[in-house]
Amino acid sequence: MDLFEYQARDLFEQYGVPVLAGKIADTPEQAEAAARAIGGTVVVKAQVKIGGRGKAGGVKVASTPEEAKEKASGILGLDIKGHIVKRVMVAEAAEIDKEYYFSVLLDRSNRTFLSLCSVEGGMEIEQLAVERPEALAKVEVSAVTGIDKAKAVEIAKAANFSADLVDQVADVFVKLYEVFRKEDATLVEVNPLVRTKDGRILALDGKVSLDDNAEFRHQREEMERDQLDPLEAKAKAMDLNYVKLDGEVGIIGNGAGLVMSTLDVVAYAGARHGGVKPANFLDIGGGASAEVMAAGLDVILNDPQVKSVFVNVFGGITACDAVANGIVGALNTLGPKATKPLVVRLDGNNVEEGRKILKDFNHPLVTLADTMDDGADQAAKLAN
Amino acid sequence: MAIYLDANSKIIVQGMTGAEGMKHTQRMLAGGSNIVGGVNPKKAGETVEVEGKQLPVFGSVKDAMEKTGANVTVIFVPPAFAKAAIIEAIDAEIPLAVAITEGIPVHDSATAWAYNVEKGKKTRLIGPNCPGIISPGQSNAGITPSNITGRGPIGLVSKSGTLTYQMMFELRDIGFSTAIGIGGDPVIGTTHIDALEAFQNDPETKAIVLIGEIGGDSEEKAAAYIAKNVTKPVVAYVAGFTAPEGKTMGHAGAIVSGSAGTAQAKKEAFEAVGVKVGKTPSETAQLMREIISKLQ
Repeated sequence: MDLFEYQARDLFEQYGVPVLAGKIADTPEQAEAAARAIGGTVVVKAQVKIGGRGKAGGVKVASTPEEAKEKASGILGLDIKGHIVKRVMVAEAAEIDKEYYFSVLLDRSNRTFLSLCSVEGGMEIEQLAVERPEALAKVEVSAVTGIDKAKAVEIAKAANFSADLVDQVADVFVKLYEVFRKEDATLVEVNPLVRTKDGRILALDGKVSLDDNAEFRHQREEMERDQLDPLEAKAKAMDLNYVKLDGEVGIIGNGAGLVMSTLDVVAYAGARHGGVKPANFLDIGGGASAEVMAAGLDVILNDPQVKSVFVNVFGGITACDAVANGIVGALNTLGPKATKPLVVRLDGNNVEEGRKILKDFNHPLVTLADTMDDGADQAAKLAN
Repeated sequence: MAIYLDANSKIIVQGMTGAEGMKHTQRMLAGGSNIVGGVNPKKAGETVEVEGKQLPVFGSVKDAMEKTGANVTVIFVPPAFAKAAIIEAIDAEIPLAVAITEGIPVHDSATAWAYNVEKGKKTRLIGPNCPGIISPGQSNAGITPSNITGRGPIGLVSKSGTLTYQMMFELRDIGFSTAIGIGGDPVIGTTHIDALEAFQNDPETKAIVLIGEIGGDSEEKAAAYIAKNVTKPVVAYVAGFTAPEGKTMGHAGAIVSGSAGTAQAKKEAFEAVGVKVGKTPSETAQLMREIISKLQ
């Protein structure tokens, strides 16, 4: 899960990372009240998970609460590269002397953690890495020992912080690593980290990605509420692994790799049938019971864009007869609510029994396919 | 010959007495694996009957190894306890640890991996979040169905479990030396490259299928490795051409971030070094079929 800026700010604050006062607002009136509570000059910032919002008019300075209200009404509803602004953060303004960059992240390629740091902050880090790679310090961080004070000093020195600042920024790095470690983040990025004219070091804008696998040891319900598409939220509530896409062929399969592959095969087939595309990713996992199948079908059939459904299952751990019974149970449960054609491909354990169950069921909406390619083709054809 | 796992492998199961552990211990035994015991500190000293075999439960991996001569452990413990289980296996210096568990936090797997590196990598870790490894007809350490196919000249290494089954099924008339699911998590033990190296050195393996998916750069690194070190024919398949940027596709590691990790980039990396890439699993199987027919 990628956090919004205000969510990252709140997390930083909890861990003692120095940040400016900031309040979220969903309406211009709330923005006005927030500006009044904060006092003085404020910055109204669009909360979207995309870079370049400043250039798109998503960040404005306001010197009075009335002006904050006016600026917020201009920013709310703005379309920034396809992201509609639903919420702004009203933040205290600061006089910036210098901008820096700091991040700690999972370095997947080397199976370790990595810290990136530069005294040249503000610009996009990808750009800095290409244009001035010598200005970007890369320091490996062990997952066992992490960033303690000594490591933080090493990072600050590698990034060429002046001697009088090393201690001060190193303290902030240690706290940011605590956020990374204790919140199970895969990325904690501060850009810019700034020094103000009065000598404070502040995290002015933060990007945080959290590991979904670690949800069991955190309280994230509130953070999540703002994140998901309604169909995705419904699927999550039913413990289904679902991602909404923009297409017409609903997909249900078992195993992440096979489902991903199914999306591709359906997209290729779609190219022959009017350009239809997969409507979703849905992995029902190993134990495809009637309940899970019904829940999955329910989510997919609730997607108004879906015109046909392709069920692609290889019975490895699950037996195909169990999957077939799941489909029968699901269609019986859904009754007249099931209105879209289903193409089903079964292979693997107990495939003959599984196919027989579906043949005997003889439901007008269900077609059996012999192979994955054949099923994808039929489903794409039905969606066209 | 097979790689990493063969008829001489003696397997213990960490988490054997749990529901998943028990189900798959049964399946592995039925498929012919030599399971010699389980590990659960709370049930140490007990014996469990599985598939007509009396399996002792030990308090630790170390104890199980001493008493049974086990050289492989398969880990089924739940995500919250998986890090401790993997570290216990590393501390016992068991030669092969296969972590099946799905949903382990990446901080835990990164910590376990860093620990293994610190300890000199005496344990080969496969996974986590993988189907394990099977050398058909000899041994199966994990959850891959034992009956898809038999022994043959193909080596398979895959990020995905079900695509492993699908590919074994497509090529079931030819058969496999060993099939390894390395897992779809961001931090894993055994990589595509490790398996390529082992297959290159295995006389029984004549050709290799590599299955990748979006996310990370394991496929790109594998392509570079193949160009330099692999003389056996390799065909590849990559899943996730239609995956959008920024959405995790089921596996924690399957995500396209910006321009990195796309299926297209991986395909191009393979093709640049002369590795043919199938558009679909069936086309990939067909490419392998052509290679095998030329070998005979």
